[in-house]
Amino acid sequence: MTLTLAMALILALASLAAAGVALATRSRATAVLAAGLLSLFASVLFVLLAAPDVAMTEAAIGSGLTTFLFFFVMGRIRREGRK
Amino acid sequence: MAHLALALGFVLILMGLYGALTNRDILRMIVAFTIADTGVNVVLVAVGYMPGRTAPILDAAVPLAEAGARIIDPVPQALVLTAIVIGLGVTALMLAYAYRLFRARGSLDISDFTELKW
Amino acid sequence: MTRNVLIAGLLVLLGVAFWTLTMGYAPDAELNRTAAYYAQNVGREIGAPNVVTAIIITWRGLDTLGEVTVLFLTSSIVALVLAQSKAPKGASGSGFLPSGELLTTGTRMLIPLIALLGAYVLANGHLTPGGGFQGGAILASGVLLALLADPGRRFGHALIARIESVAGLAYVGLGLLGMLIAGGFLDNKVLPLGQFGAMLSAGIIPIISVLIGLKVGSEFASILSSLEETEDA
Repeated sequence: MTLTLAMALILALASLAAAGVALATRSRATAVLAAGLLSLFASVLFVLLAAPDVAMTEAAIGSGLTTFLFFFVMGRIRREGRK
Repeated sequence: MAHLALALGFVLILMGLYGALTNRDILRMIVAFTIADTGVNVVLVAVGYMPGRTAPILDAAVPLAEAGARIIDPVPQALVLTAIVIGLGVTALMLAYAYRLFRARGSLDISDFTELKW
Repeated sequence: MTRNVLIAGLLVLLGVAFWTLTMGYAPDAELNRTAAYYAQNVGREIGAPNVVTAIIITWRGLDTLGEVTVLFLTSSIVALVLAQSKAPKGASGSGFLPSGELLTTGTRMLIPLIALLGAYVLANGHLTPGGGFQGGAILASGVLLALLADPGRRFGHALIARIESVAGLAYVGLGLLGMLIAGGFLDNKVLPLGQFGAMLSAGIIPIISVLIGLKVGSEFASILSSLEETEDA
């Protein structure tokens, strides 16, 4: 088993674990962070699949901007709920 | 390797669908949609992969003359670039709607919004 | 109960379909005809070493124009949906604690670097992995950092809207210019192809990359600031 195949296998298992955490956890913040982590793992997997453009886009947009969008809205909702 | 990535993508789609169908909280449904979206992108990129070839950038390592013999299929990558950006747009839209729903009703549980049910 | 059974049934059905697809899949040995055409003619027709950028800006440039339009629609709809929740000037962000010294100083040092990285990725989109979307996302994350460090600050919506409109108009204008001067809509040869691998080569691809990056970056910034400006009732 070559090195890239072993790395891809580890990444796949880690991605599945992150997705499982995102779906099963009770707190919203952990779910959002786990989804961001999944995007990051997918970005590294894209590099292994010989797609550097896609990896850069997924890292910037999927892992960065989406997580921040979620936290903005969750912060607003929590502050309104407390009022 | 392509089979591994393909299987991973399909499993992510199934998990995202499961999360979107069974969760009651709107924000968690949106997180599940994001997971399914990532899965679809992984499937698309995995279809373009060919073993033994390299990325579609022509530089000193892959000169122009050998391009047809050494690079993988560039078309799925172009499609996935568009798909990732539009996925973010759809997520932003869903979050804006979720916020407005919360302002209107005060709860994020989808079983509280029953006007459209028979 | 029936709902759970239906959901399980749907997932099992999809799982079986996916399993059949995975088992019956075999990666190609040779490039298919479209990809072979793109790989062989990228030097002669486009002159850009990054084949993916050449595809999304020239050969399938109409799809990119459509995507940019969809993003514009998204940012307009987000602004429209959240318009009634807009806080009066200076009133939002009052629930935030003031940012610490580390965050404000770090932001002031990092934002020029982030802008430089975004500009580099934009300008070299046709040579190395990168391009309009990646550069635009990086620029938008710089704006996001500024928003996080100073939540009470308001961005000039007029400036962002003007950048967005000018970039979109210039993009379509360049495409129409291609129809007049060169081969067709969004054709590459409005400017000369130049030397393969140089910075100012590949026709109008660098210019369109910059325009796409500005438009995408300003649309993301507009979505973020619409969400930020919602009312702190």
